Amino acid sequence: MIRPALPYLLAAVLAGLGVYGILARRHAVLVLIGVELVLGAAGLLLVTVAQTGAGGDPGAAVLTLFVITIAAAEVVLALAIFLALFRARGHVDLHAELDDRAEGEVGGRA
Amino acid sequence: MSGLDVLLLAVGLLTAGAATLSVTSRQVLHAALWLVVTLGGLAGCYLVLGAELVALVQLLVYVGAVVVLVLFALMLTRAGGVPVVTGVPQRVAAGLVGAGTTVVLGGALLSAFGWGSVAIDGGDSTQVAATIFGTDVWPFELLSVLLLMALVAAVAVARAPVGGQDDASQRPDPPAEIEAVQGERP
Repeated sequence: MIRPALPYLLAAVLAGLGVYGILARRHAVLVLIGVELVLGAAGLLLVTVAQTGAGGDPGAAVLTLFVITIAAAEVVLALAIFLALFRARGHVDLHAELDDRAEGEVGGRA
Repeated sequence: MSGLDVLLLAVGLLTAGAATLSVTSRQVLHAALWLVVTLGGLAGCYLVLGAELVALVQLLVYVGAVVVLVLFALMLTRAGGVPVVTGVPQRVAAGLVGAGTTVVLGGALLSAFGWGSVAIDGGDSTQVAATIFGTDVWPFELLSVLLLMALVAAVAVARAPVGGQDDASQRPDPPAEIEAVQGERP
C-alpha cells in the first residue's frame, strides 16, 4: 500500500522548481537543467499513474520510456545549438545584448 | 504510513532538495552535479513505486548519457565569467510563477486523486516488453529514427560555419597562439 499523493506532490514541486530554473537563469545550460526537471516531473507523474491507477496496464510505463528517449534527443540537439552559439558569440548568456559582438567585428572588418 | 510511504518520503525529500540546489546554485558545475543527484533520486522514486525497468532506463539514459553531455557542454563553453542568475525582480517573478505552478499542479492532482492509500498494481516487465514490441512497435521504431536524426542534426549544427555561410570573415576568431602560427591573415 502506498499513498499516491506523495509522488504527485513531488512531481508538482519538481515542475515548479523547473519553471523557476527556466525563468531565473541566464546561462543557457542552466536553463536546460530547468527543462530537465520539468521532464522529470512529467516522468514521475506517468510512472505514478502507471503503478497506482492504471489497473495493470503498462501503457504509461511505456510512455515514460518514450519520454526519456525524446528528452535524450532534445538534449543532444540543444547542446549542439549551445556549442554553435558559443562559437558565434563567445558566450552562452541568454540575457546578453543581441548582435553586439557581431556588429563590432563585422563593422570593424568591413 | 506504510514502509513504502516512509521510503518514498525520504527519497522524495532528497530529490526535492537536490532539485532546489540545482536551480539555485551559482556555480554551473555544482548545478549540473546536483542535477545528477536529482535524476538519481527520481530513479529511486521509480524503484519505490515498483517500476524497475523505467528506473534502470532512467539511470542509464539520464545519469549515464544526458548528464555527461551537459558536463561536456559546460566544459566546452567555459570561457569567461558568464553571469548565472538574473536580477532580483526577475528572480522574484520566476519564483512566483514556479510557486504558482506547484500550487496549481499539486492542488489539481490532490483534489483529483485524494490522500488515500492504494495497492501497487503496475504491469511487470514482461507486459511492458509486450506493449513496446507489440502495440507500440511503430512509435518505438520512429523513436530510433528520431534519435538518428538528432545525432546527424547535432553534428551538422555544431560544425556549421558561423552565420550559415562558409566565409572566412564569418568564422569566429581563432585563439591567439593559432593566429600567431598562421601569421598575417588576409
